[in-house]
Amino acid sequence: MRFYEFEAKKLFGKYGIPLPAGSRVAHSPNEAAAIAEEIGGPVVLKAQVLTGGRMKAGGVLFAETPSEAAHAAEKILGLVIKGHTPRGVLVEARAPVEQEYYIGVTWDGFARLPVMIFSDMGGIDIEEVAEKHPEHIAKRHFSTIHPFSDYMAKELVASLGVSGTHLLRLSHIAAQLARAFRNHGLTLAEINPLARLEDGRFVCLDGHVDLEDDARESQRALLEELGIDPNEKRQARPPTEFEVRGSQIDAADPRGVAGNVVEFDGDLGLIIGAGGGSLTLFDAIRKHGGRPANYCEIGGNPSVAKTCALTKLILSKPGVKKIAVMMNVVSNTRVDLVARGVIKGVIESGCKPSEKIAIFRIPGSWESEGFKILEDYGVEYCDRTVSMYEAAGRAVAKMREG
Amino acid sequence: MALFIDVEVAPQVASSPDLARKLVEVCPVNIFALGAKDALEIVEKNLDECTLCELCLSVAPPGGVRVKKLYGERQVLERRG
Repeated sequence: MRFYEFEAKKLFGKYGIPLPAGSRVAHSPNEAAAIAEEIGGPVVLKAQVLTGGRMKAGGVLFAETPSEAAHAAEKILGLVIKGHTPRGVLVEARAPVEQEYYIGVTWDGFARLPVMIFSDMGGIDIEEVAEKHPEHIAKRHFSTIHPFSDYMAKELVASLGVSGTHLLRLSHIAAQLARAFRNHGLTLAEINPLARLEDGRFVCLDGHVDLEDDARESQRALLEELGIDPNEKRQARPPTEFEVRGSQIDAADPRGVAGNVVEFDGDLGLIIGAGGGSLTLFDAIRKHGGRPANYCEIGGNPSVAKTCALTKLILSKPGVKKIAVMMNVVSNTRVDLVARGVIKGVIESGCKPSEKIAIFRIPGSWESEGFKILEDYGVEYCDRTVSMYEAAGRAVAKMREG
Repeated sequence: MALFIDVEVAPQVASSPDLARKLVEVCPVNIFALGAKDALEIVEKNLDECTLCELCLSVAPPGGVRVKKLYGERQVLERRG
């Protein structure tokens, strides 16, 4: 769950991370003028949207006076940025910046530990810095079990040659960011840029926070404190009609999972799943040059009706020529029940299973029963002797055959 | 319409309120329902959900319920006396 910038900053403020003066959200031009009046100097106004590219879209404006701030807020509140209407306008004091830094905390899947990242080249994508200027990036892993100590943040910052007062101030910010990350089940806490002002103070100019979806319940108190509805779904873009219908199919029947549908613009519909298998299979299709029409997740033994409904939804998407039904080896999902659901969905969509299903690769419980069903309907299937990667290749080859 | 499973219930089982209630109770996917005067009804739309658990066979007398697979060797599952 992604936080708006103003919410991320509220969290940072709770942890004593310095913010620009003012730093409040306005929902009307008058409110923006009042905040600018309080600040009493030049301000920056920023559209609160959960997408990038707001600067280009005119979502970040500067103002010297309260009346200019009101005018700028009016413009910003009327924007639609990549389909997002601003949740408000963040109004903050504008101050002369001497240098920009980057501090972030995220999860390192390879090390299975959280990692702090620091760079003295802030204001640009950290990925770009890592690629072009790796010597300007420092990393420091830390434990989720042992208590966090300030010396870890100090080691991180000092490793790029920062010393003296700057080291102390930056280390404090990095340490507090790491604590916020640990305490609240975050998957990302990032300050970019972190500015050093001409007077030597550091302030967070922009921030990103992602909360692990499964942590919503444990972090209910924090969400309420920040004014976030714990049940609010937030994604990088609003769900499409196709995705909404996918969620409805999943929610309508508690048996198993057949949902989490994400729409793409390809021609091969996917019914995929199994403990990370869906991501692997999606990537495998792309690696073979295929164009997925969707991503989805099935598992936990969905009912025949649920799989049938998901199949019909995917086949109803314009441009979908065939579907591939693939999973890793499954023990908690019955192969025969998935086969029944998919075949039923194809038939109820007015198509022939043998033509519409490019490949069926679900090995696991009740597979012999499932294979009998697939044979009856002439569907190409394979067992665990065919890897997921190879099965994806077969599906793409079938698409090329037409 | 069911594509994969059919279930047949003998008339003497279907008309017995006690057996009908048992069948409704044991089926995990609601293939059976009670109709007028507690007579047994088959819920067509749930037939394909059958998990082949055979619980219905175990509560009915031998031959009272038959579960027919409509695929493969068209196997019929039933309790024999």
